[in-house]
Amino acid sequence: MDLNFTPAEEAFRTEVRAFLAAEVPKDISDKLRLGRRLVKDDMVRWQKILFRRGWGAGMWPQRFGGAGWNVVQQHIFEEECAAANAPPQIPFSLRMVAPVIMAFGNARQQEYFLPRIVSGEDWWCQGYSEPGSGSDLASLRTSAVRDGGHYVVNGQKTWNTLGQYADWIFCLVRTSAEARPQSGISFLLIDMKSPGISVRPIITLEGEHEINDIFFENVRVPLENLVGEENKGWTYAKFLLNHERTSNAGVGNCKRSLAQLKQLAATQSVNGRPLIEDARFRDRIAQVELELMALEITNLRVLSAFARENRPPGAEVSALKIKGSEIIQQLAELKMHALGHDALPYLREALDPEWQAEALLGSHYPAVAPSLSGQYFNLRKTTIYAGSTEIQKNIISKMILGL
Amino acid sequence: MDFRYTEEQLALQETLQRFIARDYGFEQRRAFAKADPGFSDAAWKQYAELGLLALPFPEEYGGLDGGAVDVMAVMEQVGQGLLLEPYLSTVVLCGGILRDAASAALRSAILPQIAAGEVKLALAAYEAAGRYELSHVATTAVAEGAGWRLSGRKSVVLDAPSADCFLVSARTAGAVGERAGISLFLVPRAAERLRVLPYATQSGARAGDLELTATRVEGAALIGAPGEALAVLERGVDAGIAALCAEACGIVTALNQATLAYLKSRKQFGVPIGVFQALQHRMADMYIAEEQIRSMAIIAAVNAGSSDALARGRALAAAKAYIGQAARFVGQQAVQLHGAMGVVDDLIVSHYFKRLTMIDMTFGDADFHFARFSDTAERSGAHQAA
Repeated sequence: MDLNFTPAEEAFRTEVRAFLAAEVPKDISDKLRLGRRLVKDDMVRWQKILFRRGWGAGMWPQRFGGAGWNVVQQHIFEEECAAANAPPQIPFSLRMVAPVIMAFGNARQQEYFLPRIVSGEDWWCQGYSEPGSGSDLASLRTSAVRDGGHYVVNGQKTWNTLGQYADWIFCLVRTSAEARPQSGISFLLIDMKSPGISVRPIITLEGEHEINDIFFENVRVPLENLVGEENKGWTYAKFLLNHERTSNAGVGNCKRSLAQLKQLAATQSVNGRPLIEDARFRDRIAQVELELMALEITNLRVLSAFARENRPPGAEVSALKIKGSEIIQQLAELKMHALGHDALPYLREALDPEWQAEALLGSHYPAVAPSLSGQYFNLRKTTIYAGSTEIQKNIISKMILGL
Repeated sequence: MDFRYTEEQLALQETLQRFIARDYGFEQRRAFAKADPGFSDAAWKQYAELGLLALPFPEEYGGLDGGAVDVMAVMEQVGQGLLLEPYLSTVVLCGGILRDAASAALRSAILPQIAAGEVKLALAAYEAAGRYELSHVATTAVAEGAGWRLSGRKSVVLDAPSADCFLVSARTAGAVGERAGISLFLVPRAAERLRVLPYATQSGARAGDLELTATRVEGAALIGAPGEALAVLERGVDAGIAALCAEACGIVTALNQATLAYLKSRKQFGVPIGVFQALQHRMADMYIAEEQIRSMAIIAAVNAGSSDALARGRALAAAKAYIGQAARFVGQQAVQLHGAMGVVDDLIVSHYFKRLTMIDMTFGDADFHFARFSDTAERSGAHQAA
């Protein structure tokens, strides 16, 4: 047992840090630092920069264009990205659909789609949830009926993240109504430019457009866009969800958020003293920090076991998802509370990069302030998406505890 | 980075598991706890034969050169078996302090004796009015000729009744609460005017209060430089805290196993109670707590030997605080999920729960260590595991 990084890992960290210092565009890192709105171009631009360095997909195997990193290297990379205010990579492509295509797609699909993902050329979104199928995902009803060389898809997907940017959507569709619900689902890759697809924004509680309804009306999808076998999609869907949840611990993000919180608490004042010197507030920070310290090690233990045993992520990731989502919420809550009543103003324009705080508010008002309440409200989603906390506990109960 | 035990550590654990299954079942343990000396002499001899008592000492003193992670592997099993022998006091705490701070002559004399199971020790570092503060030392040591006279009281000295010698903190200078001026003495049980008031603790192991009334010890009884023992004590107790974290980890693992088995076997309303979602989700929370506790026990073990006192203290405080909270949750819920069976003396569940509770209240409880962690927040940057 050894928690120290090897000299090679330390050298890797130095290399990553130097790369990030030189290559993260300042306009983008400023947005992250100040809590301003990220747009598609920011994320695509960053993906292309990583791709040029050969780091477009750190943990993918090299034969698919990845860097072939192990979990510790990936951990170091994410930690450094968070510290450098580098933007997140697009998870729906890299961490969700790509592992499915690698594991279950055919050679033609792998050769066509994977390079376009790693280069940042294609943006993917997810078509899982439906209005009547949330936690009970297997009850989904969007149908795909064969017609010659095509499937004809009809139905509605919802809670789709950033589909307004997407070139492609991976969809769970019903190809059989016989047998039990899980046995009639297939995994389809659908071009978002296909006639019959429409995207309708859903505005979330903080006032932003992040998610959508997506409607399919007689959308024709070539049969060759089926992944794996027809009616086996539920297996792939679960595989994908486990991959998704490996990133849900979000230790790097949590660390960035904790550092922001400590900085805020050092600069905000209460009774003329820095807020961090208020033992009650400091204790609340410390409580989250303890949880994060433990999660960091639990995360590495779980992921390194998968890597060592050469198996796909299992139900253990549910614990990581539960903890990571709670921690990021608690940090957001504390950051908002650190502002005191300055958390009340709703300054939508303040999310634009050009916004100047001084124009409106006193100099004590931290530049990051206008984003914090919205961030708190927005992040309530984390214990709901990718399988709610309650669903994760069901999974632990069934798959790990055997109850 | 590597989170696995080595082959040797796993083999050691298996040996202990076999020993517990064969010689240290629940009923046997209760018999040991009831009769004097409150543990098994035969088990102590076995630990010596297995090398457990030599584990953290240098080879030149008959030791096995083990580190805190080796101790962690052992202490997990100590937890699972609820072993009563004074391993923590003799080997980890006092043995560790003597290894780090005693003169070469004393090390040569006493470490091989500890390793052979010939001498048992107890740490007398806390006083009634001081709660968990090691610097609260009102006991005094006054030089007299070549020796010293010690006066004062030490409270809840773990494993005191069976100890052959005590490591006693006493003030040679300064006022109560000051960091400087604390010294450490090795006091033989047979010293004149040393009184031990023995009692059993809530979890079965024995302890006692010490009263020293101008108790005379030789000059060689002083461990390290006079007045500079606090850092030595803190390091020693931090190692003890890491060991307790590992013991708690072992207990939580065993307690979760027992509770899960109960949920699958106990039937009400015609079905195993584990089919009820309220209980499933509680058990899932207990599973998550166990994983987080293990991670914190690892952080404690790998930091226990660090000579960077601030980083070490912060890591150990974090681990002890977190495990205090999380193990309390697991312990209380294990009792709750066992229903009335959880509150009887005849089932091991209540014994695990009591031991977890005592662990929390040994060397500083969750609140104490939480404050220690929180109050050092400004001085540390981003937290680093190692």
